[in-house]
Amino acid sequence: MIEWIAQHIVAKYNFWIAIVIMLTGLYATIAKGNLLKKLIGLTIFQTSIFLFYISLSDVGTLAGLGLHYGTAPIVWEEGIHKGYMYVNPLPHVLMLTGIVVSAATTAVGLALVVRLYEEYGTLEEERIMEKEMEIERRGT
Amino acid sequence: MLPIEQFPVLVVAISLLSALTILLAGWINKKSCFFISLATITFQFILSIFILHHVLTVGTIHYWLGGWRPPWGIEYVVDALNAYVLIIILFLSLLAAIYSKRSVEHEIDEKKLVTFYTLFQLLVTGLAGVVVTGDLFNMYVLLEVCSLAAYALIAVAGGRALKASYNYLVMGAIGVCFYLLGIAFLYSVTGTLNMGDMRLLLPALYGNKGVQLAFVFMFIGLGIKAAFFPLHTWQPDAYTYAPSAITVIISTAMAKASIYALIRIIFSVFTVDFITLFAPIADIISWVAAIAMIFGSILAIAQFNLKRMLAYSSIANIGYIMLGVGLSTSTTLGLTPALMHILNHALMKGCLFMAACGFIYKADLRDIRDLVGLARRMPYTCFAFLLAALSMIGFPPSVGFVTKLYLIFAALDAGKYIFIAVIFFSTLLMIVYFWHVIEIMYIRVEEGGEKEISVTEVPRSMFIPGLVLAFLCFIVGIIWLIGTPMPLMDAINSGLGLGVVP
Repeated sequence: MIEWIAQHIVAKYNFWIAIVIMLTGLYATIAKGNLLKKLIGLTIFQTSIFLFYISLSDVGTLAGLGLHYGTAPIVWEEGIHKGYMYVNPLPHVLMLTGIVVSAATTAVGLALVVRLYEEYGTLEEERIMEKEMEIERRGT
Repeated sequence: MLPIEQFPVLVVAISLLSALTILLAGWINKKSCFFISLATITFQFILSIFILHHVLTVGTIHYWLGGWRPPWGIEYVVDALNAYVLIIILFLSLLAAIYSKRSVEHEIDEKKLVTFYTLFQLLVTGLAGVVVTGDLFNMYVLLEVCSLAAYALIAVAGGRALKASYNYLVMGAIGVCFYLLGIAFLYSVTGTLNMGDMRLLLPALYGNKGVQLAFVFMFIGLGIKAAFFPLHTWQPDAYTYAPSAITVIISTAMAKASIYALIRIIFSVFTVDFITLFAPIADIISWVAAIAMIFGSILAIAQFNLKRMLAYSSIANIGYIMLGVGLSTSTTLGLTPALMHILNHALMKGCLFMAACGFIYKADLRDIRDLVGLARRMPYTCFAFLLAALSMIGFPPSVGFVTKLYLIFAALDAGKYIFIAVIFFSTLLMIVYFWHVIEIMYIRVEEGGEKEISVTEVPRSMFIPGLVLAFLCFIVGIIWLIGTPMPLMDAINSGLGLGVVP
């Protein structure tokens, strides 16, 4: 049992943390009534995916808690002779792009939230829907 | 001799540069923005014709960005499927751009004109990019480019469009993140991001749980972008409240780009073997598509807002395309019906939305019940609407008829007769809601006559694109029936390993 926990949970703790953060973000995005909180949830959700990618690139192990980490992905001769492991640089690069995209999404989202607040004077989804219904009724 | 191998990257790069040029030119002269955008899209469209011709005569185009070999660098690949979808997307973007001239002047604050056309051009960049890229992560970035432009463009209309855009943003961002998560799983087992390379490496790993999970994530993610039932909830509001030109482009070009991405992932990254091996994925797609066809049509009947009715009709039509995808593995026709409907639906729905937005442009007519006697006031727009609506119902020899005919052939071939009944039932529902509109527009006369609205025809730049599309609905239908584009369809099917299953 302990071995199983060590193998599947402790050794892969970063993946577990990524999943917990991911579900927290997804829950907030779906369940929160406040538009700003939804957006925060969305950002948390996106961030967890970055963590997931970065975890993929890692080659470190917890071998008996004597931690071994991968080094920076720089190829130098001495390191190769000593058999250093280096982390995979590609997921890091991908996530730099991912962070830019996420920041852009958040920016557009925040701009929309500001405009919505100007328009309706509230950010609670239910209140906004009520006001929309009112406009609809007045319109017809 | 033209360097056609360079064209796929030019389609994207020129468009991107043009977006920046529009922003700069807007400082000097606001009127120039539209013309730069129009010229760029026309040029892109001409390039896409050359690309299609080259693909059909010479073969697939591979372009390595920066000269890096594919597994390491980003590759742009254009085969028959890309070239076909690219030409559709750019043609409809071109018509939407022509249409935008007057409608944007009418609907949008003059101060926002520059940013509007910048974003419009960025949207076209993203759409063209999604279609030409051969790299999974690059596709993610370009999907986000066109999505972000679309969120902003929908919100330009203000008022209720803001909430619609916000909902679209949240749903769309979750969808694209799911797609990104799918890439993470695939990358962790294969170590590559190139689609062609992935296709070669994956078969040995089909049993891997991570790969199967990746398929589910990517399918759901792109399903949200394509508004495939039951992931469509953002779609009716976004289509209803967006500015006219944007409704036209997102309901045609953007919906088709998302469907293309879905087809590319299902058949090109994963293969037919994968979707038939583990679960009856094709059957699940067919059944959900059948529900979408009926659900979309029933909700369309219940609508009074014309644009919203067309939006729900779009959900039903996405169902038609996905039914073609679902049936493709068990018929010799392969993807042909689905690919046909990608073009056909773009033509029909582009025309219908152009007409619907024309009514709003002239007299702010959003409600179907207000359209009484409109055919006498706006003859050209109403005639375009009539032709497209007839085509939607399946009047021979229109494009809608051709799609239905081929879908029925496919269902017969696959031995799944229930879907024939679904097609007939959904057609019946379509007749109900389109006939309702046509009857009000053409036949009904208001008692007393004082309630009849007195409006004139929309400007020429707004009804000519609609009429062009309306006539194309029938011309393209005849071309399909003659069978001229069948070599192209065969090339696509054989490229994806389809159409050989008995």
